[in-house]
Amino acid sequence: MNPSVDALRATFGTAIGRALESCGDTIVYVGRDALRDVMAWLRDTPEHTYDYLVDVTAVEYRDRERPLEVVYGLRSLARRADLRVKVELEPQGDLTVDSVVPLWRGADWLEREVYDMFGITFRGHPDLRRILMWETYAEGFPLRKDFPLRGRFSRAEQVRQALAAHPEAHYSMEELSIAEAYEELPADMKERLRRGERGTVPEPE
Amino acid sequence: MKRVIETKETSGQSPNYLLAKVQDLVDWAVNSSRANSLWPMPFGTACCAIEFMATAASRYDFARFGMERQAFSPRQADVLICAGRLPFKLAPVIRRIYDQMPQPKWVISMGACASTGGIFDNYAMVQGIDTIVPVDVYVPGCPPRPEGLLYGVLLLHKKIKGESLFDRVPRREEQPLDDRGLRLPPGEIDEISEPFGNSVHQFRSA
Repeated sequence: MNPSVDALRATFGTAIGRALESCGDTIVYVGRDALRDVMAWLRDTPEHTYDYLVDVTAVEYRDRERPLEVVYGLRSLARRADLRVKVELEPQGDLTVDSVVPLWRGADWLEREVYDMFGITFRGHPDLRRILMWETYAEGFPLRKDFPLRGRFSRAEQVRQALAAHPEAHYSMEELSIAEAYEELPADMKERLRRGERGTVPEPE
Repeated sequence: MKRVIETKETSGQSPNYLLAKVQDLVDWAVNSSRANSLWPMPFGTACCAIEFMATAASRYDFARFGMERQAFSPRQADVLICAGRLPFKLAPVIRRIYDQMPQPKWVISMGACASTGGIFDNYAMVQGIDTIVPVDVYVPGCPPRPEGLLYGVLLLHKKIKGESLFDRVPRREEQPLDDRGLRLPPGEIDEISEPFGNSVHQFRSA
């Protein structure tokens, strides 16, 4: 068992839930409200220094009774130690956790992906929008267990909505690396970018 | 020669023997030129693109069949080769590339995923690129071997050589999207997107 768990218990008390060991990795459950404090403490306390956020992901189990879990993989590069932190969320309840982007800049796209696939909102995220599906995608969150494999709309409707999307509208100016070339863009594209328009969510026919 | 042209204008449907020979000669010249110098526009999204590259490289070398120059710009391409699965997010992209290609143009759908969606019968994948753009040749396989793609290219040659400038059938019309924004009627898209094989045992609803 990772010694950080006992230190966490001593510092945060009841905010730390159960801890278990799996395949040599320690998993510790943290209450939703304490997450940001716990993560900041784990990153900044000298004897722990989990300075590297390996991954942010989420799990929904087939057992409907089990809660959704947001999973954070932490690593201390200096100490060569790993810790996995999980936050449990009730599937029917409020799917919101605090963003860790202020602690690790690299969490930006990871949290966007979790939002895109599971619909979990990260409070305090600077730019929380879909990343894998296009932004006007209206069928829901594909990796949730109540999401039908082939999507909610008919294939024809899916094709219609996909074809109605602007290819350029998937990206922000920075992602297109055209911020400096803005003046040379075609007028219609310039207009779309200026309005910040990413297309409207189409209504099913 | 003047009389021949007059005959075509006046008789309409049935040209005389000499005119037919002239038309055959023109068709032969035009179609041979087109078929034997196809410039492919590769649209490679997955493992089929690896086989496509093998087909283009020295061992199989589709330059032997006139595809010497690969056009990585749709505006200088004759045949769009979709090699790999096409997610819905790329659907407007391939449609725009197709629209940017000048006439005459053809499309080869390479592999199971491009042709039918393949094993990816899910929310994210187009179930056959023929719901987006018209397809001339479907090459089966997962992925097809280079010989398979070459056979598809030769079939396309055959198809091109069978076309005629004079039979008034608009073979290569633009096929624009209709006012719903679709290429085919919705019922037809639903029908060709139906699951098949093992995936019929999965259900749309939760």
